[in-house]
Amino acid sequence: MGSPMKIRASVKDGVTEIKVLMGHEMETGQRKDANGAVIPAWFINEVTAKLDGKMVMQAQWGPSISKNPYLAFKVKGGKAGDKVSVTWVDNKGDTRTDEAAVT
Amino acid sequence: MDRASVGIMAFLAVSAAAVTVAYAQKDAAQDSIEAYREALQDGNPAELYEASGEELWKTPAGPKAASLERCDLGLGPGVVKGAYAQLPRHFADTDRVQDLESRLLTCMQTLQGKDPKPYIEASFTAPPKEEMNALAAYISGQSKDAPIAVTLAHPKEQAMYELGKRMFNYQGGPYDFACATCHGQEGTRIRLQELPYIPSAKGAAAGWSSWPAYRVSAGQMWSMQWRLNDCFRQQRFPEPVYTSDATIALSMYMAATANGATMKTPGIKR
Repeated sequence: MGSPMKIRASVKDGVTEIKVLMGHEMETGQRKDANGAVIPAWFINEVTAKLDGKMVMQAQWGPSISKNPYLAFKVKGGKAGDKVSVTWVDNKGDTRTDEAAVT
Repeated sequence: MDRASVGIMAFLAVSAAAVTVAYAQKDAAQDSIEAYREALQDGNPAELYEASGEELWKTPAGPKAASLERCDLGLGPGVVKGAYAQLPRHFADTDRVQDLESRLLTCMQTLQGKDPKPYIEASFTAPPKEEMNALAAYISGQSKDAPIAVTLAHPKEQAMYELGKRMFNYQGGPYDFACATCHGQEGTRIRLQELPYIPSAKGAAAGWSSWPAYRVSAGQMWSMQWRLNDCFRQQRFPEPVYTSDATIALSMYMAATANGATMKTPGIKR
């Protein structure tokens, strides 16, 4: 399920800027807990973004991305009111999708 | 002019130039730190904690199955907007000067029937404190851009301020340290982190208005109580009890000194 993402999208001069804040532990699998046991890897490994139903970005992530990742990118096109939808999938198979409207 | 004095003159000229370069570099370094902070500000993960804090505030919990929505943070029951900018303050019902976190514990006890003990004793990364940190993120976020309005109208507020000032300057422990050792002079920094000069209004505002904050390097949301607890640790002082008067006094000293400045909470730190 994961915690809700914060998505902001705004269009200026025909370019839509999309900013996404995701809540995720992004555990690398390299760290050990207080008892010396390895903390299992747990991170987002795929991110996709759709603008008005059309896939505009697809990324493959790994354990080097920080906890609570922030992603910002620009896409040509888009208009106010268009729906932005962002989905992540993590290595445990958990997934979350959130939506926002372009302003 | 003999040869030796020409040599000295030349040396002085070179060192003066070197000093100028060093100052210029320091400014450039400072500018790039500012640029880095600016970039961080735009996706402050504290927002995620604000969201979970808001949920905690509104969700019924505890033996009385009540939410915190009737909690009086100083502006009347249930008023969250702008409340953080006016804390710490004296509360008539407890006859204590309270900061946000001690006040939240009061509300949890009276409204929700919860025992504050586990909240006080838990480590800052344990679940009870996670609740406190999220609540602090949410409530402080509701005072973003509000002017700090902490006055010393009540005698107990005045006393708390004086105690805080003494705490700030109290030197001791194995390192013979005081808060003032790091925060008692203008224009200093540790590595790339500037150290605000707390006794000045500007310095106090730089500190007080930017906590609670998300710490990027640790991926943690820190409340003011956590920040102060770590200051005690860094001084190698005995660990203060969570929400004890010693911690509230230091907050009172900072908040009252920063009076009139604008809240920028929740902040973001390297």
